[in-house]
Amino acid sequence: MTDNTIAQPEAAGMNFEYGENQKMVADMCRDFAEREITPFRREWDETQEFPVPLFKKMGELGLMGVLVPQEYGGAGFTYFEYVAAIVEISKADGAIGLSMAAHNSLCTNHILTFGNEEQKKKWLPKLATAEWIGAWGLTEPNTGSDAGNMKTVAKEDGDHYVLNGAKNFITHGKSGNVAVVIARTGETGDSHGMTAFVIEKGTPGFKAGRKEDKLGMRASETTELIFEDCRVPKENILGKVGEGFIQAMKILDGGRISIAALSLGIAKGALEASIAYSKERQQFNKPISSFQGIAFKLADMATKIEAAELLTYQAAALKHAGKPMTKESAMAKYMASEVAVEVSTEAIQIFGGYGYTKDYPVEKHYRDSKLCTIGEGTSEIQKLVISRALLK
Amino acid sequence: MKILVCITHVPDTTSKISFSDNNTKLNSAGVQFIIGPYDDYALARAVELKEASGGTVTVLNVGEADTEPTIRKALAIGADDAIRINAFPTDSYFVAQQIAAVAKEGNYDLILMGRESIDFNGGMVHGMVAEMLGLPSVSPVMKLDIDGGKATLSREIEGGKETLELNLPFVAGCQEPIAEWKIPNMRGIMSARTKKLEVREPAQAETKTKLDNYELPAPKGEVKMIDKDNVDELVRLLKNEAKVI
Ligand SMILES: Cc1cc2nc3c(=O)[nH]c(=O)nc-3n(C[C@H](O)[C@H](O)[C@H](O)COP(=O)(O)OP(=O)(O)OC[C@H]3O[C@@H](n4cnc5c(N)ncnc54)[C@H](O)[C@@H]3O)c2cc1C
Repeated sequence: MTDNTIAQPEAAGMNFEYGENQKMVADMCRDFAEREITPFRREWDETQEFPVPLFKKMGELGLMGVLVPQEYGGAGFTYFEYVAAIVEISKADGAIGLSMAAHNSLCTNHILTFGNEEQKKKWLPKLATAEWIGAWGLTEPNTGSDAGNMKTVAKEDGDHYVLNGAKNFITHGKSGNVAVVIARTGETGDSHGMTAFVIEKGTPGFKAGRKEDKLGMRASETTELIFEDCRVPKENILGKVGEGFIQAMKILDGGRISIAALSLGIAKGALEASIAYSKERQQFNKPISSFQGIAFKLADMATKIEAAELLTYQAAALKHAGKPMTKESAMAKYMASEVAVEVSTEAIQIFGGYGYTKDYPVEKHYRDSKLCTIGEGTSEIQKLVISRALLK
Repeated sequence: MKILVCITHVPDTTSKISFSDNNTKLNSAGVQFIIGPYDDYALARAVELKEASGGTVTVLNVGEADTEPTIRKALAIGADDAIRINAFPTDSYFVAQQIAAVAKEGNYDLILMGRESIDFNGGMVHGMVAEMLGLPSVSPVMKLDIDGGKATLSREIEGGKETLELNLPFVAGCQEPIAEWKIPNMRGIMSARTKKLEVREPAQAETKTKLDNYELPAPKGEVKMIDKDNVDELVRLLKNEAKVI
C-alpha cells in the first residue's frame, strides 16, 4: 500500500501530489457529497437532524470503516485515503465530517486497535458497514481537558463491572448502537486507574441524556450518556483493566489527524466559495477579486491551508509508518483548526453582508469551524502536548 | 452474458476550455477529466445487468495513457476488466473501427456506450460500430431489460417514445434514466488496482477527417433585466440591440 500513497517525509524527493487511490477516493466523496449532502445540509443544520440514513449510505461506500481491514468488513485503506475522504466530505458539511471522524477514528479504531480477535469479529463488521453507528465516551460534565480525573466509576462484581456516572458531549450518544466508554476502575489521579468498556445500546442502566443545542456542527448529534448500575460483562473490556486512559490518549493521537482533516475540509470549502464569489461579485464596476485587499486575503487563506495540509500529511505519514506522532498530530490539529477558524472568518468578510446570511454556506463554515479548536483537545491542550514533547 | 462498454475520457462539464498549438489541441492543464456522462449511464446499467444475472463487463477506451485513471474509475464502479487501445481518438470513424476490431474478437452479447460523447457530441460511433459488425444499433436507449437472448428496450423518438424487442447481440447508445450513476465504493477502488487493464496497439484504420483548428464560441452577452411593466423598452431592445424583431 505504499506505492499509491504520498511519499513518506523521509523519502528522498518529497511528492506532495495525491496518489491514484487518494484521488479516486476524493472524487468519489465529492460526487457523493454533491448528490447526498449539499442539497440537504441547510435543513439538517436548521433542524439539528442527525441524518442516520445518510450514514448508512456512507457505510455502503466504505466510508464508515475506512481504516478497518477488509477481513472485518472495512475498506482497508490507510490514513492517506482517510484524510482525503474526510476533507472532501467536510468541504460539503463539517457536521457530517465530524460524525464520520468520530465513528471511524474514535469508536471503531479503539476496538480495532485494542480489541481482541473475538471482539473485533463481533463489532467491527457492524461498525465498518454502518449497520451500527459508534460513539466514544471520555469527556464528563466536570472533566473535559482534565479527562483523567473522570468520576464515572466501574466496580467489579463477579464476571461483570457495574458502571455509574455520566459522560457529556458524546457524539452519537443517542443514535449510536454501541459505545466505547472509559470509566474509573482504580484511584483518582492514577492514569492506570481507568478501563475501556464496549457497551451496546439496550444494556439495562445505559441511556442517552440531553441532546445539546449547538452553535455549529448541528447535524452531528451530541448528547449525554448516563450509567445507572449498568452491568457490563468482563468480555467487553478492551485490552487490560487499568489501561483505558492510556488507550484513549493513543486513540486521540490518531483522532487528531481526522480533526485536522475535518478542519482542512471546512477551510477549503470556505476558500473555494470565496474564490468563486470574489470573481463574480462586482463593486466599483469590477470584480472584488481585482482589489488587492481581497486578493491578498485569498492568498493568505490558501497559504495557511497548504501549510496546515502539509502538517496533516506529515502526521498521517508518521502514523502510517507506525512511528511516534503525538507531537506532530497535535501540531496538525492545532494549526489546521485555527486555520479553519481564520479562513472561514475571512470568507464571511469577503462575502460581506451576504456572508452573514444563510443564503450562502460560509456562515455555516464559520460556525462549524469553531468546534475544531475545541473537540478532541482544545488548542490550549494541543500546545500543552506539543510543549511537553519539546521540553521532556 | 459478455458485455462490452465503450467509454470516453472527456473534460468535466464545468471545465474552462482553451486551446494550444495554434488552436489545434485542447489545453488540458487544469482540466478535470471524467467518464463521459452518457457512457457512465451505460456502464451503470451494464453493472446492474451483470449483478442481476451474471456475466462479465469489459470496458473499452480508445485513448492514450492519460486516460487510465478514467478507466480505473470504471473498474472501481464494477467493470471486470478493461482494454485500452493505445491511440488518440482522432475521429468517430477511427474510434468505431477500433471498437469493431475488439468486438469482433471478443464475441460480446451486448455492446453499450453513451448516445454521444460530451466533447465532440458526434453521436455517430454506435451506428458506425453496428454497421461494421452487421448488428442492429439503437439509440438513445432509456430503458434496457434482458431476458435470456432477448432485450426489451425503449428509446426516445421524435415527439414520443418507442418500445422494442430485439435479439442479442446489438449495439446501444444509452442515456438517462437507463440506470442511476454509480459512485464507486472503497472496495471497488481498492480492487480496481488489481483488475486487468490490457493495452493493445490500434488496428490498421483510416482517419477520414483532418482538423484545421478549434475556435471558441463568442462569449455570451450579459443578461439584461427589464421591469415587467416596461414593455416598450423590451420591444426597443429586441428590435435595436438583439435585432430579432
Ligand atoms: C460537538 C462536540 C462533540 C464532542 N464529541 C465528543 C465525543 O464524542 N466524545 C468525548 O469524549 N468528548 C467529546 N467532546 C468533548 C470535547 O472533547 C471537550 O469539550 C473538550 O475536550 C474540552 O473540554 P471542556 O469542554 O470540558 O472544556 P474545559 O476543559 O473546561 O476547558 C475550558 C477552557 O479552559 C482551557 N483549559 C483547560 N485546561 C487547561 C490547561 N491545563 N491549560 C490551559 N488552558 C486550559 C481550555 O483550553 C478551554 O479554553 C465533544 C465536544 C463537542 C463540543
